[in-house]
Amino acid sequence: MASSSTTVPGAGPIVGSRSFLSKLREGDEIARLITFIFAAAVVLVTLLLVYELWRDSVLARQKFGLAFLWTRVWDPLADQYGALPFIYGTVVTSTVALFIAVPLGIGAAIFLAELAPARVSDTLEFFIDLLAAVPSVIYGLLGFLAVVPLMREYIQPALKKTMLPIFSGPAYGLGFLTAGVILAIMVIPFIISVSREVLLSVPRDQREAALALGSTRWESTWKVVVPFARTGIMGSIFLALARALGETMAVTMVVGNVVAITPSLFSPGYSIAAVIANEFTEATGQLYSQALIELGLVLFLLTFILNGLARLLIIATSQRGSGMGHA
Amino acid sequence: MHASVRPAVSVNLTPTTPTGTPSRETPAALPMRMNINKVNFFYGTKQTLFDISMGIATNKVTALIGPSGCGKSTLLRTFNRMHETVRGARLEGEILLDGQNILAQDVTQLRRRVGMVFQRPNPFPKSIFDNVAYGLRINGSKLPLAEAVEKSLRHAALWDEVKDHLHKSAYELSGGQQQRLCIARGLAVEPEVLLLDEPCSALDPISTAKIEELLVQLKDLCTIAIVTHNMQQAARVSDFTAFLLIGQLIEFSPTPQLFTTPSDPRTEAYITGRFG
Amino acid sequence: MLTMTGVCAFVAVSVLFLILGYLVYNGGTSINWNFFTKLPTPVGETGGGMANAIVGSGKLLLLATLIGVPVGFLGAIYLAEFSGAKTAFVVRYAADVLNGVPSIVVGIFAYALIVAPMGHFSTLAGGFALGIMMIPITLRSTEDFLLAVPKALREAAMALGASKWKTIATVIVPAAYRGILTAILLAFARVAGETAPLLFTALGNRYWSPGWNHPVESLPHMVFTYAISPYEDWRRQAWAAGLVLLGLILVINILARAILSRGIAVPRS
Repeated sequence: MASSSTTVPGAGPIVGSRSFLSKLREGDEIARLITFIFAAAVVLVTLLLVYELWRDSVLARQKFGLAFLWTRVWDPLADQYGALPFIYGTVVTSTVALFIAVPLGIGAAIFLAELAPARVSDTLEFFIDLLAAVPSVIYGLLGFLAVVPLMREYIQPALKKTMLPIFSGPAYGLGFLTAGVILAIMVIPFIISVSREVLLSVPRDQREAALALGSTRWESTWKVVVPFARTGIMGSIFLALARALGETMAVTMVVGNVVAITPSLFSPGYSIAAVIANEFTEATGQLYSQALIELGLVLFLLTFILNGLARLLIIATSQRGSGMGHA
Repeated sequence: MHASVRPAVSVNLTPTTPTGTPSRETPAALPMRMNINKVNFFYGTKQTLFDISMGIATNKVTALIGPSGCGKSTLLRTFNRMHETVRGARLEGEILLDGQNILAQDVTQLRRRVGMVFQRPNPFPKSIFDNVAYGLRINGSKLPLAEAVEKSLRHAALWDEVKDHLHKSAYELSGGQQQRLCIARGLAVEPEVLLLDEPCSALDPISTAKIEELLVQLKDLCTIAIVTHNMQQAARVSDFTAFLLIGQLIEFSPTPQLFTTPSDPRTEAYITGRFG
Repeated sequence: MLTMTGVCAFVAVSVLFLILGYLVYNGGTSINWNFFTKLPTPVGETGGGMANAIVGSGKLLLLATLIGVPVGFLGAIYLAEFSGAKTAFVVRYAADVLNGVPSIVVGIFAYALIVAPMGHFSTLAGGFALGIMMIPITLRSTEDFLLAVPKALREAAMALGASKWKTIATVIVPAAYRGILTAILLAFARVAGETAPLLFTALGNRYWSPGWNHPVESLPHMVFTYAISPYEDWRRQAWAAGLVLLGLILVINILARAILSRGIAVPRS
């Protein structure tokens, strides 16, 4: 008779899990194992990638040390390698890109998230997503065959009239400025998409509170919503910066590929990704190719840090948003 | 049906008034499909069921009622160990199905014998036919599928409405039809017990009436336990009713008795609508 | 100021149509039968086509899909269905890092891992590099779509006695298949246009590439080399190749979004 209703002391621990054998029989353990192998492969590939970059640049790292980063000479004939011209070019082109892309991108994101009707916003976002899908080499093609002549004939001569030192020297068309412009066009979709998401995650009550206090639509957006989303928007900019730093094809095609450190944006230059793209297959000496791989390592670390920061900032904003929303 | 091979476990239906005295006029002995002995349940450190003991009588409808948060759904979900899908859930005590402790059994086997219908209709994004056939297929049943599907749909009183479009998506059915489809899906594997967790809470009155009618007919087929927060529903469809309050079983009696002459003042307060 | 933000959005979107229009204008007339069926001609001769590059891209993308999709898809199943929180964090983190690696660096990786030991450039190395890039994109979006499958469907299957992997195989994956298909298509479109990882893995080849062990041409690489060449006729073909490439990628993108917008099946009410 079960009505005696004694507790079974052994019953407790069994609860919550089936025996390993029965799971194995059902295939659950096999499925877990197989899928685990593939998940682990993702981690392994990532670690292996870092390891390969590290291992295959060992000679260059030993020979040049940290001075690699601020040495100006890049002379394959003398087997002397320094990364500064490429780091400089990468930083300059990316800075130019952000100068153009950030205001434009954030402006567009504000329009899409705050002002446009939902249907317009979704349609435009669809096109923005398509724009983000355009491959780098297409930007390079257009940049090289269409934008470069345009810069040389019209834009650079016009800028030259400002007499600023950054707009000086002969107008080649190819150079830092053109690369920056192309990069700007390439990263704008990322800024828009991420900033729009971040802005949309700002709790309703924030903007309603501002509107209720008599702010105009623009004031509530600019003084309440945007500051609230500030860190997330910063995140989107970091993300775009990481993209711009690592961008290869388009930059390679328009930057000019000259090892030089000059203040003028008109001047042709080089970037980390571009020098790897151009010289890797031709790097005959061991030290030469190792120096290029070390450049790859530098590029990896830069984007790794920026992407990490971007993720933190974006997560911080969306969590703040949801936290406030429930409060 | 496994019905023919079960050992006839019976239990005196004598729970659990707060004073510990047996309720009056309980049936002396009925065959019990399930016995719940001193079940305590915890989410993490929070205890949500306290020392519950009761029986689920074979081929009867047993209703679990009580105000929201009283633990009735939790209790029902322990009957086929669905509580284990929640992280941090822990159960102490003993639950017997045909005299065997379900906690020591293989859980997938158990769930084939103790089916469940949920609060909201949850058909799979598949055709009507494939929904009903699902349980048979995954269990590698040798039964002819078409026959089994028709039988289950007839049992669920859905056959006449869907027989001409069995291969349409289940999502094209109305909410009430979807819920009957879920019942048919549960019946197809011929469970010994069918658990229903507020099966009508998302349905309109007409669909609800159909399902209530269905439950009474299904008694011959299997044993039924149903959670409801609708007292009228419990009164209409069930043979026995258990009343729970904040994780405790307050009263467990034959339905007419519980609703007409409750032995506990808290039961009376609840059924007369004074709280909950 | 309101108007200014609208102008920003308009400018950003119009870039897409500018690009498309310019490509059609410059490349549209050069797309003909020869483009798809002929090999490139030697320098100085006009005509010829990119048949080898089209086939080469197909082979590279096939390899990439064979690497990227299984790893991404099955890894996502582990994350969504089996994994504990800590393991999931590590795998997601690794995938995010991998996703952020510049494509040229992925090229170095494939070179070090495959080209250097084998001693020559190959389709295999190029496909591997593209496959590596597909993994994180497939993984993260597939996981999201698996997690979006309502708990009610899992419970329904488990209540019928389905084991975990049967629930996954017969209910969860079928319910999420539109999303998963979209994820795979988007990952495919993303790597279809990649050039940088191919520069020193697949290298390029002006002829047919037999088997998987030889250097191979690809459409994006063809756009690159032809665009920066000094020959008028090659540039003309670069436009055509660019148009074909972009058209393919945009079509896949639109298709992927169309599949998704038809909705992930979820129960009514």
